[in-house]
Amino acid sequence: MIHVVDYDAGNQTSVKRALDHLGVASIITSDSEELARAERIIFPGVGHAHSALETLRERGLDVALKSAGARGIPILGICVGCQILLSGSEETDLPCLDLIGGRCLRFRPDDPDLKVPHMGWNELCASHGHPVLRHLRPGDEVYFVHSYYPAPGDERDVLATSRYGVEFAAVIGRENIVATQFHVEKSGPVGLKILGEFARWDGDAC
Amino acid sequence: MLSKRLISCLDVRDGRLVKSVRFVNTKDIGDPVSAARRYYEAGLDELVFYDITASSDQRDIMLDVVEDVARQVFIPFSVGGGLRSVEDCRRVLGAGAEKVNLNTAAVADPDVISEVADAFGVQAVVLSMDVKASPAASIPSGYEIVTHGGRRNTGMDAIEWARRGEALGAGEIVVNSIDADGTLEGYELTLTRMIAGTVGIPVIASGGGGRPEHLCDALTAGGADAALVASMLHYGHYSVGSIKQFLHDQGLKIRMTGQ
Repeated sequence: MIHVVDYDAGNQTSVKRALDHLGVASIITSDSEELARAERIIFPGVGHAHSALETLRERGLDVALKSAGARGIPILGICVGCQILLSGSEETDLPCLDLIGGRCLRFRPDDPDLKVPHMGWNELCASHGHPVLRHLRPGDEVYFVHSYYPAPGDERDVLATSRYGVEFAAVIGRENIVATQFHVEKSGPVGLKILGEFARWDGDAC
Repeated sequence: MLSKRLISCLDVRDGRLVKSVRFVNTKDIGDPVSAARRYYEAGLDELVFYDITASSDQRDIMLDVVEDVARQVFIPFSVGGGLRSVEDCRRVLGAGAEKVNLNTAAVADPDVISEVADAFGVQAVVLSMDVKASPAASIPSGYEIVTHGGRRNTGMDAIEWARRGEALGAGEIVVNSIDADGTLEGYELTLTRMIAGTVGIPVIASGGGGRPEHLCDALTAGGADAALVASMLHYGHYSVGSIKQFLHDQGLKIRMTGQ
């Protein structure tokens, strides 16, 4: 059973539908006590990191997520859910969850043709053979919508990159935590495979 | 590098897929959900559903269509037609759409753009503009915003409206040429280029796409980030794969799914 965290950040229903399609049992929850008992968590998100963090705090979900991270259960962050796993973000003064060291930075392309937000399909390039990414083939594209991108402090936490003016981390992870800046639930068969692998993953990064 | 997007527009009336030429003579051409699934499986990048249901009491049918699509199609899609308020948009987004297309409602009350953007983020707001060439001196760009399928003039300049839409919080703009719509003779390149050169958000060319060459023109000379097609695909003249292969062969960055 996967617990999908609901904190009014939009795409939890789309994530659940994708899991339904894959035949993976899931439940949407905004209850911190329920999260404390979860064995696998997806932490999605759309919109602003600042308001997302405020809602998480109000519901005690920030504490629940941090303790889930410490318990060693598999956790998947998506988009804003990915960004909030880092220590901080240029989008907000609030401290983030700090489950992975590093910050979220804003795209500042020199090329005026590169519009922000970075919206659309872009190529993924895997930097490590992480189990969740094992089906990824060179040239596979996924769907992004974001103005900020994750920049982990430790290079080893970058699992895949993409390029938009700069090379940026598109998938990050450490130990039992993995997170995609793009929307796995809207990235066609490539995204569904990543989601399916996460559902089976034992939380061991090697 | 970001790929150019191929988007298909599905006009839906009373839950059925229809195609109109210049917004009149609508024809029933099938089930929108199965068409959406077929295009998704063929590697389409994005979908737009336009609800052209005449009476508002039939609108819930559209929500059922959106939910059915969301259960089977795992690419982004937007919904437009008849959305007037944050509440209307909330229902459509809750049913599974990523984005809403605002058109007539935004012309009548531009603040609805910022209200929807504040509620759901700019990435969820697509400003769809119907545009017609105009010789009027009050329209400096030569292109005027029209509504009601081109039957009603607004006196608004298309460039000015695009700029204002972006400032109010639109995350993307669909530039739909009423003059070119349904003709299959190519997109309105001058207009598309003008808008793409004005705003800093993605521009989607719409109206007139009949051959893969037309899309190539819109995505290069027209400066568009994405091109919208309807009849080309719905009538089976071209497939998603054949259009994408053509654009790829022309050197454009396109998502090839290898199916």
